[in-house]
Amino acid sequence: MGVPFKADELFLDMTNKTMPYAIELRDISKRFGAVQANKDICLQIPAGTIHGIIGENGAGKSTLMSIIYGFYEADTGYIEVDGKRVDIRSSQDAINAGIGMVHQHFMLVENFSVLENVILGAEGGTLLKGGINTARVELQRLAQEYSLDIDVDAIVEELPVGLQQRVEILKALYRGARILILDEPTGVLTPQEADHLFRILKALKEQGVTVLLITHKLREIMASTDNVSVMRQGQMVADRETVKTNKEELAELMVGKKVRLTVDKDDAEPSQVLLSARNLSQFDEQGVKRLKNINLELRAGEIVGIAGVSGNGQSELLNVLSGIEPMSEGEIHIADQVITSKNPKDAAQMRDLKMAHVPEDRHKMGLVTGFEAYEAAVLGYHNSKTYNGKILMHRKVMIDECNERMAAWDVRPPNPHLKTANFSGGNQQKIVIAREVEQNPDILLIGQPTRGVDIGAIENIHEQIVKLRDAGKAILLVSVELDEIMALSDRIIVMFDGAIVGELDAKDADERTLGLMMANAYNEEKEGESA
Amino acid sequence: MFETLILMLDATMRVSTPLIFAALAGLFSERAGIVDIGLEGKILGSAFAAAAAAAIFGSAWIGLGFGILASVALAMIHGFACITHRGDHIVSGVAINTIVAGLTVTLSMYWFSMGGQTPTLSGDARFLSITLPFANALADVPVIGLIYSELLSGHNILVYLAFAMVPVTSWIIYKTRFGLRLRAVGENPHAVDTAGISVAFLRYRALIICGILCGIAGAYLSTAHNAGFLKDMSAGKGYMALAALIFGKWRPVPVLLACLLFGFLDAVAIRMQGVVIPGIGEVPVQAIEVLPYVLTVLLLAGFIGKAIGPKAVGRPYVKERA
Amino acid sequence: MSQAKVPTWVSVALIPFLNIMMAFIVSGLVILAIGENPIEAAGYLIYGAFGYDEGVGYTLYYATNLIFTGLAVSVAFKGGLFNIGGEGQAYIGGLGVGLVCLALDHTMPLYVIVPLAIIGAAVFGAGWAYIPAYLQARRGSHIVITTIMFNFIASSLMVYLIVNWLKEDGRMAPNSRTFEENAWLPYLHKILSPLGIEIGDSPLNLAFVLALICCVLVWALLWHTRWGYQLRTLGTNPTAARYAGIDTAKVTIWGMLISGGLAGFVGVNEIMGVNHSLLLNFTAGYGFAGIAVSLMGRNHPIGIILAAILFGALYQGGSELAFEIPTITPEIVIVIQGLVILFSGALEHMFKDRIEGFFIRRAVA
Repeated sequence: MGVPFKADELFLDMTNKTMPYAIELRDISKRFGAVQANKDICLQIPAGTIHGIIGENGAGKSTLMSIIYGFYEADTGYIEVDGKRVDIRSSQDAINAGIGMVHQHFMLVENFSVLENVILGAEGGTLLKGGINTARVELQRLAQEYSLDIDVDAIVEELPVGLQQRVEILKALYRGARILILDEPTGVLTPQEADHLFRILKALKEQGVTVLLITHKLREIMASTDNVSVMRQGQMVADRETVKTNKEELAELMVGKKVRLTVDKDDAEPSQVLLSARNLSQFDEQGVKRLKNINLELRAGEIVGIAGVSGNGQSELLNVLSGIEPMSEGEIHIADQVITSKNPKDAAQMRDLKMAHVPEDRHKMGLVTGFEAYEAAVLGYHNSKTYNGKILMHRKVMIDECNERMAAWDVRPPNPHLKTANFSGGNQQKIVIAREVEQNPDILLIGQPTRGVDIGAIENIHEQIVKLRDAGKAILLVSVELDEIMALSDRIIVMFDGAIVGELDAKDADERTLGLMMANAYNEEKEGESA
Repeated sequence: MFETLILMLDATMRVSTPLIFAALAGLFSERAGIVDIGLEGKILGSAFAAAAAAAIFGSAWIGLGFGILASVALAMIHGFACITHRGDHIVSGVAINTIVAGLTVTLSMYWFSMGGQTPTLSGDARFLSITLPFANALADVPVIGLIYSELLSGHNILVYLAFAMVPVTSWIIYKTRFGLRLRAVGENPHAVDTAGISVAFLRYRALIICGILCGIAGAYLSTAHNAGFLKDMSAGKGYMALAALIFGKWRPVPVLLACLLFGFLDAVAIRMQGVVIPGIGEVPVQAIEVLPYVLTVLLLAGFIGKAIGPKAVGRPYVKERA
Repeated sequence: MSQAKVPTWVSVALIPFLNIMMAFIVSGLVILAIGENPIEAAGYLIYGAFGYDEGVGYTLYYATNLIFTGLAVSVAFKGGLFNIGGEGQAYIGGLGVGLVCLALDHTMPLYVIVPLAIIGAAVFGAGWAYIPAYLQARRGSHIVITTIMFNFIASSLMVYLIVNWLKEDGRMAPNSRTFEENAWLPYLHKILSPLGIEIGDSPLNLAFVLALICCVLVWALLWHTRWGYQLRTLGTNPTAARYAGIDTAKVTIWGMLISGGLAGFVGVNEIMGVNHSLLLNFTAGYGFAGIAVSLMGRNHPIGIILAAILFGALYQGGSELAFEIPTITPEIVIVIQGLVILFSGALEHMFKDRIEGFFIRRAVA
């Protein structure tokens, strides 16, 4: 192990300019029980640069950042800031060392004003009045300097997500952060908001702030960073200058072997329409329209992929189609039934219409982690005649069937009595997918099929999805991984802000087109071209 | 009629006092994210400790001190369970209430052998009523005289303290650094933690304040309102304070009004005993007694307004594992 | 996620044992503090509870109530609901029993009254749980708070009914007339004596058998029926329950109805089995004790039976103890009960995390 690029050279180069690194990590290791989350991490970040850290989900990026920000203490190793060793035992230590962090899930008090959120922990005295006044002036200065405009008296929960993130950045800057860590900052942003964020980061860099950008999106790394480090399975496997690398190399470093971007499959032969949604809309509890007049047809023998930045209505669409949440307007036609808001069907009734659903989040929805595997393997089908007598359930039938499926799907360990929580992510996902697929549904809704699943299992899951299509099923695939969408789908639908903004044949799809559609900028660009 | 009303309001003040202390105690606790079913136990524990110490040392103030100590100790057990060990807040509260119910009787039997009571307190061992300046002189002035001499004057110092605590609480919660952090930690402890503030320490401090206020409530019951400790003398006041806290939507002034309302209903219930109202007949005392609980249930059900508590209340804080 | 497993005996036996020992040690310290010998006290306690036939009978009589309320708390808990209102539900359940007995004891034979009284207890107990359940399921009010409020409302209601309507004419005591003997649930010692089995006289009655039947039914219901599957799904992961198409409101309400009904059975034991009249405060804290029982019994019927017998023994032994050592009051049992709730409930993670961590590390190494 060690640093594969010429660290010493760089080090010499920097010391010549008598400029220490803004932050340097030396041999950081961290273990959670049996899991080695970080192992011997070394990292050197020159001041005033934007440094990307890239890696798959679970590669240990967030743990490492949590160590820098004092959320966890490293088991071994130490951290230097501006060439001086610092002991970071708490977030307060990190703040004192000039480190600020923008978390993936914002650390904001939602019913507080922007001002209150900004001064929390940096009130500047026992009474609030002085601190509030100081902050008001200081925020005005920061707003001008970095174009971070915001209404400081607004209540945070009433602000759009992009502005909430701005509050997080302001919080860090207000505390005098010179090193800013952003953990997956664009996951919840629209493309425009993301672009704006990167402009802000550039402005920060120009003012001498060092930025650490944690992401798993290659595009962002290439577009905005000076240097990039790659993490894999808890280790730092490579450091590169961004201009001297490319997406392909980084992707390979990330996953450790050549990425398989295509799935072997024949052309689709779509036949009759199995499900159609007409003018489907949904309002949430606050009256915000989350789904906007969705029109959608699913045919037997095709995979329809839904692309989009997460949070643009994909989850709502899956939940409404599968009956988990009620629709507000429109119709769903399925198996000669018409479902409307006045004639709703719940998730159990949708299953009776031969619709199966692999939910996006298996922990929150797809499994009951306290249950033994054989119990979780009938979730949603627990009322089926197969598993039930007049009064009691047939436990033996459930266990036998679970054994068979575990063998067929290579679930490890093949123990129906193990608590579902004790299986790895990939095996949990296999239990869920097996449950849904083995019901022999006509329609399969499948969300994030390979999230948190190890590489080996991904191929297997993709093959199963294609096999199901070839058997004449209609499949709706939702994924935030564009690669996955492009590799699996026969037809791709793009969602933005709750609406369908584009549809194209998978053969015509490329990243650029999809990216523009996901940013809802495709039509503008086309108009621009034709003009 | 006017005099009856004044007398009832006077009674209201006396009955409301422990409710105000306890409800404000609950406010500090719940605003910090800790559910406190154990108000009842802390009141009872303090009532016993205060009466016992007052009986032994002959001083109501020493009694108050011991009451507060006992109550704070119980609050710390609650904190140890809920904050340090991430236990269920409700279960912990029930445990404390149960332990105190048994322990106060056991200890009072051991110390005083009076069937679970403490000796009757008198003189300096009790908080006695204070006559405000000119109360007697003004007593004969119409309207104002009665209000001043009957309603406002003639309470013990703890009653005045209870009412003074409301603006003080308001000020702490809304105007100080501690209050800002307290409100924040009840809404989103992660935000507090990442701001470099210790969630545990903050919550422990909130519980200490909660303990102090419950301690005063308990001492009031046994050394001011009554002259000694009686078995189970808190008689559900902690739960009623909890109801008032919810009814006042976790805000100091509305909580005060809720306490006064509940106290007033109590005074009415006593007044109405055996009174026949023409056309309606005798209103059962129990019907008035249950009103605070019924009203709280109706409020919780959203039939009269909406009670939304602090967002993180009752949830143990766990640093998220990456 | 680690695949290491903690041995079953650790979580089923060792950790509960440590928790209860902590409760005993602390109560031992209390006894020591009031100048008595805890070992000697424990001796009297055990003798009182198990040393002679009558003692055993009393122990099981107390355990009967505790099984009912323990099961009540458990069923609700399995559905993710904290039913703290067992006290009120038991109280109103007793009203149901009392009304059936008062209405029928002049005209009907025992075998007609018993099933009707049991139904009365279940319906009244469940009815009292229904409103908080409905409010939680349909209007989102917090069940803990509403059930607490309903305890107080139940208490006031019972005072009103007994004092104003059910009190025996011309007498001061706030209770109803004594039922005719054909509305008395038979004592076990009376049933067993014709069969040649002699046990000492005690209040132990047929309700104990009802309690055991309830344990079997609850076990079958929770782990072997669809309904139990749905309840447990809801209790462990409400989102997964919605995903599975489970009608969560309905399951919530039914869970509370069963819970309330079980609590109501305390009335069968107390009103029909022992007191033979409707009276005030016969629930005597059993509703709250049920929380301790269910926590210690880890929400499993077998555990609940064991925990109920343990607490029954404490109640009975506690009286014996107070008789032998007058400085110790029977309330010491309440202290132990509270400590059990504290250690096996509120402080459950204190030992659990450390011990389980130890075994996981050992399994990994």
